[in-house]
Amino acid sequence: MPDTSHTAAPSADSTTRASVHRAPTLAERILSHAAGREVRAGDLVIVPVDRCMSHDSITPEVIDALQNDLGNAGPADPDLLVVVMDHVAPAATVATANAQARVRRWVAEQRIQRFYDVGCGVCHQVMLEEHLVQPGQIALGTDSHATSYGAIGAFGTGVGTRDMALALASGRTWLRVPETLRVNVRGGFHPGVSPKDLSLFLCGLLGLDGADYMAVEFHGLDWLDLDGRETLASMTTELGAKVGLIPPSGVVLERFAVPDWLLVDDAGAPHYARTLDVDLTALESQVSVPPEVDHVRPARDLGDIKVDQVFIGTCTNGRLTDLHAAAAILARQHLAPGVRMLVIPASHNVLQAAVADGTLATLLAAGATIGTPGCGPCIGRHLGVIGAGEVCLSTANRNFRGRMGDPEGLIYLASPETAAASALTGVITDPATLPNREV
Amino acid sequence: MTIGGRVWKYGDNVDTDAIIAARYLNTSSEAELAAHAMQDLDPSFAGQVKPGDILVAGKNFGCGSSREHAPLALKACGVACIVAESYARIFYRNAINIGLPILECPEAARATLAGQTLEVELASGRIRNLDTGETYHAVAYPPFMLDLIAAGGLVPYTRAQLQQQAAR
Repeated sequence: MPDTSHTAAPSADSTTRASVHRAPTLAERILSHAAGREVRAGDLVIVPVDRCMSHDSITPEVIDALQNDLGNAGPADPDLLVVVMDHVAPAATVATANAQARVRRWVAEQRIQRFYDVGCGVCHQVMLEEHLVQPGQIALGTDSHATSYGAIGAFGTGVGTRDMALALASGRTWLRVPETLRVNVRGGFHPGVSPKDLSLFLCGLLGLDGADYMAVEFHGLDWLDLDGRETLASMTTELGAKVGLIPPSGVVLERFAVPDWLLVDDAGAPHYARTLDVDLTALESQVSVPPEVDHVRPARDLGDIKVDQVFIGTCTNGRLTDLHAAAAILARQHLAPGVRMLVIPASHNVLQAAVADGTLATLLAAGATIGTPGCGPCIGRHLGVIGAGEVCLSTANRNFRGRMGDPEGLIYLASPETAAASALTGVITDPATLPNREV
Repeated sequence: MTIGGRVWKYGDNVDTDAIIAARYLNTSSEAELAAHAMQDLDPSFAGQVKPGDILVAGKNFGCGSSREHAPLALKACGVACIVAESYARIFYRNAINIGLPILECPEAARATLAGQTLEVELASGRIRNLDTGETYHAVAYPPFMLDLIAAGGLVPYTRAQLQQQAAR
């Protein structure tokens, strides 16, 4: 029902019924397992939820909905819920401080053990680092980038306040089984090109609604590290996707317990609504031009766009691999005059690792400013919002007008490599064009 | 349920930051959300929108964040219904969940102009443009969704369902 079906009777589609005999897509496989019956795209299911995540920005309203609308003091099962303080952390205003104090009191009263306070990191990074979501599970987050959990083959999706409150009260949710867009990736990245470039390329190709209501399923990435998988899964939200899945392989098999039923066998030819082939060896650095994520152009075609602020961080690109990529470009160099650079590690663990291996020292020596692990200025509420006429080159995921401060500010989106190269030159720069560098 | 109102018209990909910017999310006060609705896209909107008005837009309305504040802000400032070519998935779910009727009808969305008056019949999905006399058909809501809208959203609907079950 409330899940997005535009047709009156989605499960009555005869082609859908017939296709139950086909092998499932990864999304269909996970939802079939959860529903306890074979389901295919278009079917409506009510499924148990394995994990719920709510952050500081939305939890006060979730508490209101639970208490005022449903008459529940808290979640039916306190272990179901993870609460992370990341969106405005530490609090920037008296209003947010009061709202967060209320969340802390509620978490204590409800004996919610999985509470991650200021400085632990961005909710999605915490969820994956702490193994709070597992391959094959269904996880809801009060945040659109809950698609990140698809990096390990979990069905992660964003919901609003009321869906979260009902899932916490009942342990279940409604979902419409999505159609799947399959992306076959061939080859590897050129030096200086990384998963964010692939994500931005797909946004440019498919548009902001190119996978609306759909699952995106990536193949050919068995070699990719977990950080890169998280970037790809998270960014499927910018295509409108319900979930972005990478079949567990490689590093995910080493680090997570993957149930046998999840391991994908393509032999039965699942039905994909659309299949795309992408050759990474032909991919160059991409930049999303404001005010929409799908306005994407190769970095080298942009001309000299002067940058005031460079921001490296967020659930999209604030991980150790991202900081390493930036540090490799900025080592023994300094920011261009007039450029300020914010680096906000995606989690406390990322920050500690970057301290331990010298990455942070390299970035500091180059002139970067380091912020508290969390969302930073991505949503425009604290820690580096921009003014009218300012240009920010950001590794985040959205560049909508007013997203990051003054509506007259401009947000360009790019990879950490492009962000670092641009911080060095002061204009948006394709890292491949930097002289004498091994990037 | 029939809704009639004056049209506010916007384009494609109206995002949740345009509908209600994150800098106003310190509150869940409906009045305050309503005061900033659509601010960055159309500063005149919040001051001039009247209860019962209808918002008409292009493709992928409500893309971006999962914030339920977005449909809440529009509902709180009096928007009675949205007609768009298509919606982003979380916005669609959130709008229905809070009891704000939204219809998908590309033909009506494209042909309708700002300031015209539309009449929307939710049960049948019929949309009439009272200025031009044109009639369009959106996909009709299934009965349970009509009940859900009539109940005021997912939570009151679920509560009523549970009460009915308990009474049996």
